[in-house]
Amino acid sequence: MTEFRVLNSRAPRVDAAGKATGRAKYADDLTMPGMLYGAILQSPIAHGKILNIDTSKAKKLRGVKAVVTAKEAGLVKYGVSPARYDETLFAHDKVRYVGDEIAAVAAVDLETAQEAVQLIKVDFEELPAVFDMFEAMKEGAPQLHDEYPNNITAEVHQEFGDTEAAFAECDFVMDHTFLNKRQDAAFIEPHACIAVFDLDGKLTLHTATQVPHYVMRTVAMVLGIPVGNVRVVKPYVGGGFGPKAEATPLEMGAALLSRQTLKPVKMVYSREQVFLHSRARHQFYAEMSLGMKNDGTMVALKNKAVLDGGAYTSFGIATVYYSGSLLGGPYKLKAMKYDGYRIYTNKPACGAQRGHGGVAHRAAFEQLLDKTAVKLGMDPIELRLKNIMTTGDVTINELDMSSLGMKECIEAVRNGSDWNNKKGKLPKGKGIGMACGFFVSGAGYPIYRSDTYHSTVVIKMSEDGGIVNVLTGSAEIGQGSDTVVAMIAAETLGVPLECVRVTSGDTDLSMDLGAYSSRQTLMTGHATKEAAEQVKKQIVDVLAHEMNCHPSSIEFRNGKVLFDGGPGDFRHIRTNYVKEHRGWTDPPTDDYLTFKEAARIAYLKLGTLVGTGKYKPPRLGGAYKGAAVGTSPAYGCSAQVVEVTVDMETGQVTVDDMTDAHDCGLAINRTSVEGQMQGSLSMGLGETLFEEVKFDSRGRILNPNLGEYRIPTALDMPNVNCIIVESNEPNGPYGAKEVGEGAIMPTIPAILNAIYDATGVRINELPVTSERLFMALKKKEGV
Amino acid sequence: MKRIIQMTVNGEPVELAIEPNRTLLQVLREDLELTGTKHGCGLGDCGACTVILDGAPVNSCLVLAVQANGREVLTIEGLEENGDLHPIQKAFVEKGAIQCGFCTSGMILSAKALLDHNPRPSEIDIRTAISGNLCRCTGYQKIVEAIQAASETMAGSGGDAR
Ligand code: FES
Ligand code: FES
Repeated sequence: MTEFRVLNSRAPRVDAAGKATGRAKYADDLTMPGMLYGAILQSPIAHGKILNIDTSKAKKLRGVKAVVTAKEAGLVKYGVSPARYDETLFAHDKVRYVGDEIAAVAAVDLETAQEAVQLIKVDFEELPAVFDMFEAMKEGAPQLHDEYPNNITAEVHQEFGDTEAAFAECDFVMDHTFLNKRQDAAFIEPHACIAVFDLDGKLTLHTATQVPHYVMRTVAMVLGIPVGNVRVVKPYVGGGFGPKAEATPLEMGAALLSRQTLKPVKMVYSREQVFLHSRARHQFYAEMSLGMKNDGTMVALKNKAVLDGGAYTSFGIATVYYSGSLLGGPYKLKAMKYDGYRIYTNKPACGAQRGHGGVAHRAAFEQLLDKTAVKLGMDPIELRLKNIMTTGDVTINELDMSSLGMKECIEAVRNGSDWNNKKGKLPKGKGIGMACGFFVSGAGYPIYRSDTYHSTVVIKMSEDGGIVNVLTGSAEIGQGSDTVVAMIAAETLGVPLECVRVTSGDTDLSMDLGAYSSRQTLMTGHATKEAAEQVKKQIVDVLAHEMNCHPSSIEFRNGKVLFDGGPGDFRHIRTNYVKEHRGWTDPPTDDYLTFKEAARIAYLKLGTLVGTGKYKPPRLGGAYKGAAVGTSPAYGCSAQVVEVTVDMETGQVTVDDMTDAHDCGLAINRTSVEGQMQGSLSMGLGETLFEEVKFDSRGRILNPNLGEYRIPTALDMPNVNCIIVESNEPNGPYGAKEVGEGAIMPTIPAILNAIYDATGVRINELPVTSERLFMALKKKEGV
Repeated sequence: MKRIIQMTVNGEPVELAIEPNRTLLQVLREDLELTGTKHGCGLGDCGACTVILDGAPVNSCLVLAVQANGREVLTIEGLEENGDLHPIQKAFVEKGAIQCGFCTSGMILSAKALLDHNPRPSEIDIRTAISGNLCRCTGYQKIVEAIQAASETMAGSGGDAR
């Protein structure tokens, strides 16, 4: 095995000290001289025609500098997927949900802007609204978008193998249905941005986003300015989890207001507006049938999905494809059929959230496997092991598992949780359950069709040779990508981590699609490695010439230069270097030539040392319609065991223990990998037990705050026994792949299966509140 | 009508003229440019705005600045001493207790308030003390570990701080 000097360690994150001391700047921490504040007018009704908008009073208010509506913004349609651009910056003919944006104001302070928003008078003709996805699909239901009849945003029909024939050869078929609830990502930092237009029409937008690149493109398109005139800069971001992976009306509104006023304009969502903007987890209904042999062999899977998408498409097309494609593994199947529908309703739009599209159907499938194991009288772990895929397998929908430590993960959690001594042996009210899952390490294709690189990275050495500057458009949103990039650069160049400085999240620095689909480690990692190798080669070549040796005899290690494994006779280089640096405070005294000296000498020959790296995946996936969604250069996978206590009197569930094994390929930073595992499990626990965005009968959110929309606190979350499984991923930089989203896939079903084990009751609707479980327990007693 | 208030912020006396409806959070962030204190909800739900007021942790979004008149406020910016991180800050860095960092200032101040009163807290004491500070990123485990580690360092056990 390769010995690493920086990688695979527990190095503290490069941004940790800044964040621990309050120095790290987030979008709302930025101010600029002459800055104005923006506010947005949002629809108070769920569905209605806009008859008239009167902004005259608002414009007259003292301190108001601009008021904009669709008239000023224009009607350029945008969205996430070019196949479904169905939004305009401001509603012009109709509003489609409580919260739909109608107008925006810029004023000298926030209070004035908010007051002005109240002075805008909008006349509506209220239309009947529909809030339930099944109602919305019915003939005669209110229609949200004329172009999409029956409120179907997208439908998917896929079949792999001959499902009918495969089911015919089965010994039995198990059915299951499952319903989750609309979720909120509940990142702690609300969206915020500042837009600055300069006099020659160039825009700089500082914004809390996961995807500077896509924001740049969307803002340019909507405002009708060249993409090259837009620079998006991401400060530190207080969590994203998906909903910050698309351009927002906040960003476009601020940009437009800045263009109108030629002043910097700051805009921030309130917590309620974060809920109204949403773009978080859809509600999914799953209907599944699994065809089995009596010996426990899985044969065929039928999967139907209905997704409540809210008023606009956002990521919805990808979401509805993912619900199908991410069930192709990690088990072998002979045939699989998928029918998915994504439905418009008069609620805020849903989008991508951690485990995009896969989480609910994974929950349904893994519950179904648990049911199947009960029917077979088989240990659920044995059932899974019997059907498991291994490295090199290709799923029935043509996803290539170029590395897959699934079996190792299952065995790790079996041992780590002491499963064999617990399963079937716990008293009533105590239960143990398990589940598996896998996820992409970066989407195989960009969201828009293009041959673009998915990531480029520039490495520029400081003139003195001491600092490796990594410049990248990638997005540190808390997941730790800056640290990963720094560690890969340090390892590749053979310097200590402290010598690397990362500047990221700026579209002017490099091309990077951003932080979604768990792509930064693999894709930005590759580009970083290539850029570092280029810089290294430049330095090595100059040194080889100076030392009159072969380049292959030179090695960089911990910031020292080795010639044929030893110090070599480098005196003339050092003399040269010291002469150059008369008066500098840090003359080298090391027994070895330092990397810094070497890089300086190379600079004197070549000028500023710059390396550039790039990455895009090869062509991936099958030729069928929608084959792109679910493809990835690599897949992470995980298995989890959860233990619960259920209060049989009240239905209250407590999660006592969680054991999680994740195959992330080479763990670039072991502490960060565990952090992603623990954070994923926490979000999964919340989604299972409490989280649900609720609406009243007129489409208003009942719990748009973090008091009533409850996420796990330190008292809800147990400690997780984290086991890192490291396969060697051939398509990953140094063998690395994802952990950020795959880790959430098994959490919901593992908890649900544990609840079944504790109670004998199978809950197939989330969240498992004590009321829901109490009612189910009563019902069971009654039978 | 603006009111004059005086308070001690991170050991320094400050005097400000402010509108009586402004919160301590707003005044810290906007007037004193102490942006290390974060605004996550403005409703007392998230704890991102936690500061220490006269020794007790408070949600500064729920405190009117005028209520801080004559009192002592400690924010995240006041924890370092002579350029050295406070042991709690150090432990958060070393234990990987920080991901996005948006909850971090509030977490660290809640931890400080706890350790000031209870230098050797149990795990459940720690979890209770930070239960008003929401973190969506970490699942809390490494935060709890960091606070445990800091308590050991601060109590000067001299033992293994891990
Ligand atoms: S901002 Fe004060 S509790 Fe959330
Ligand atoms: S680290 Fe992101 S909210 Fe705690």
